[in-house]
Amino acid sequence: MPLAQTATTVPVVVNDDLCIADKGCTVCVDVCPLDVLRIAIKDDGTKTAYMKYDECWYCMPCEADCPTDAVTVNLPFLLK
Amino acid sequence: MDEILDSSKTLECDILIIGGGTAGPMAALKAKKKNPKANVVLLDKANVKRSGAISMGMDGLNNSVIPGYATPEQYTKEITIANDGICDQAAVYRYAQECYGIIQELDSFGIRFQKDENGEYDVKKVHHIGTYVLPMPNGDTVKKALYRQLRKARINIVNRYMATRLLTGEGRIAGAICVNTRSAEFLTIKAKAVIMGLGAAGRLGLPTSGYLYGTYENASNSGEGYSMAYHAGAGLANLECYQINPLIKDYNGPACAYVAGPMGGYTANAKGERFIECDYWSGQMMQEFYDELQGGKGPVYLKLNHLAEETVAEIERVLHIVERPTRGHFHAGRGTDYRKQMIEMHISEIGFCSGHSASGVFVDEHARTTIPGLYAAGDMANVPHNYMLGAFTNGAFAGMDAADFIEDVDFAKFDESEVIAERDRVLAPTKRDDGIPPNQIEYKTRRLVNDYLQPPKVTAKMELAQKRFEEVRDDMEQGMYVQDAHELMRALEASSILDCADMAAAASMYRTESRWGLYHNRVEYERDDENWFCHTILTKGEDGKPAHKKQDVKPYVIEIEDDEKDAYYKQRVGATVAAE
Repeated sequence: MPLAQTATTVPVVVNDDLCIADKGCTVCVDVCPLDVLRIAIKDDGTKTAYMKYDECWYCMPCEADCPTDAVTVNLPFLLK
Repeated sequence: MDEILDSSKTLECDILIIGGGTAGPMAALKAKKKNPKANVVLLDKANVKRSGAISMGMDGLNNSVIPGYATPEQYTKEITIANDGICDQAAVYRYAQECYGIIQELDSFGIRFQKDENGEYDVKKVHHIGTYVLPMPNGDTVKKALYRQLRKARINIVNRYMATRLLTGEGRIAGAICVNTRSAEFLTIKAKAVIMGLGAAGRLGLPTSGYLYGTYENASNSGEGYSMAYHAGAGLANLECYQINPLIKDYNGPACAYVAGPMGGYTANAKGERFIECDYWSGQMMQEFYDELQGGKGPVYLKLNHLAEETVAEIERVLHIVERPTRGHFHAGRGTDYRKQMIEMHISEIGFCSGHSASGVFVDEHARTTIPGLYAAGDMANVPHNYMLGAFTNGAFAGMDAADFIEDVDFAKFDESEVIAERDRVLAPTKRDDGIPPNQIEYKTRRLVNDYLQPPKVTAKMELAQKRFEEVRDDMEQGMYVQDAHELMRALEASSILDCADMAAAASMYRTESRWGLYHNRVEYERDDENWFCHTILTKGEDGKPAHKKQDVKPYVIEIEDDEKDAYYKQRVGATVAAE
């Protein structure tokens, strides 16, 4: 019984240009109550935060606590 | 990260506090203050910095009992009436007497409360009878202030570990089994006392948006507290008294009539008319809301568009920075301007939460559960209409009592085979090659909760719910499949949610009367004080299924006059008020 790959659009968006995950910052990943953010390695080898799991309470600690204002919390599409 | 690792560790502490939201941190601080030598561990499946219902703060204290505005006697009476008389007053009365001290303590942490030009607390009236609502102008700083105190007090914080089962032995608490949410590593914590502050069961019903995490409660509050207490053999009280809230439709967050009400906002029908006298959340108020919709007068709205510009601006300022700050984004996306449009509301899905109702793990005025050494506080304990200040204050009671409890006891011995059995249960979804992912188990459970348990409650529907829940349980136990440690956390949550759904159905079936307005509106039964003026206590029966008993409401400390008892049933505005 294989699992389907169903795509969903995610509410938390990270601006790669502003994100300083490459310098070791993991603030947004650390504070998320639902633990849905992770650090990815980009094509150029540098790192950025991103939303891995679409399980968002749109509560905003990730946006509020980001030291470089790189994170934006949008409303999940299903309820916006 | 998220790769499943096979490892198991053991930790010993004097007091284990599970849940670092509101009650937990205060319990930790009070326990440590009373017994500085005690090893206090504060565990959270998220990060204590931003966990729990007040992750982004709170706009005010909804139930402060402040000298000069209200007395503990008045408050106890109000909550007893609001809760249809089913209330052991000792816990409410103690809260009412001591919450002012907690307010002053929070003030000393740097959390400010609104004061008038004379420097007095600026308390607002929202409840039906008394005056208890105190705004918090910098309510967005609550968690940061708490975290500073925890660091200062050298509380041992353990983040990203989820407790899955409590351990008991020698007739008392022995500790808890926990699993890391990012690696699936096990941690068995032996403790002399355990305090649970795991919040509401906020992921029980399914929001009408269909988004699993679009809940009123912090979506990480998925009912582990109720589930763990149940499996450990503790009693849970009045679970049929659901939490159902009047919320902003789709956003599913609070409309915050408590903020807007004292400034002139109110709940209105589609014509913009006020139909309830009092916006304080109660089962009776929710019944009026439901009746208005059924009567074809809906939708129901929060009305602010009659207010002056500066008033609306002030309401926006508070509501868009504290508690649920994405609310501003939501309204902007819809083009809703408080000055022009009313804000559409709806009736939420069901949950368990004593913050606004009365159900939960049974506790006394010391926050003691029915298991010695095990405490519960906040939204998951059954002290009615708790709110944030109740979580802080009852958390404080738990911490202080636990500090005394550990003086006289050593670690209780427990059966090691329980740990092995729990490991097998937890890891089962990781041992399969394929199967049903936890999000589908959860979705189906919660969709069935909506279909069959949402009030008005009908016996035949609830019986069907129980049957369907059993089928989902079989599928979960035989076929749930996870791919990483994060999904395993969701699988464990799905299991708690299903336990809560079972308990919600069973408790609702047991109380064969209607009470608490919409919260327990059993259409086939009238209110029946003769047979049901009592608590219902749910425990895990010998057969592994919910068992029930009645328990007397303790004699009142504060007498309620006969003509006061129904005050909360007189919510609908009279013809003259409606015409104003």
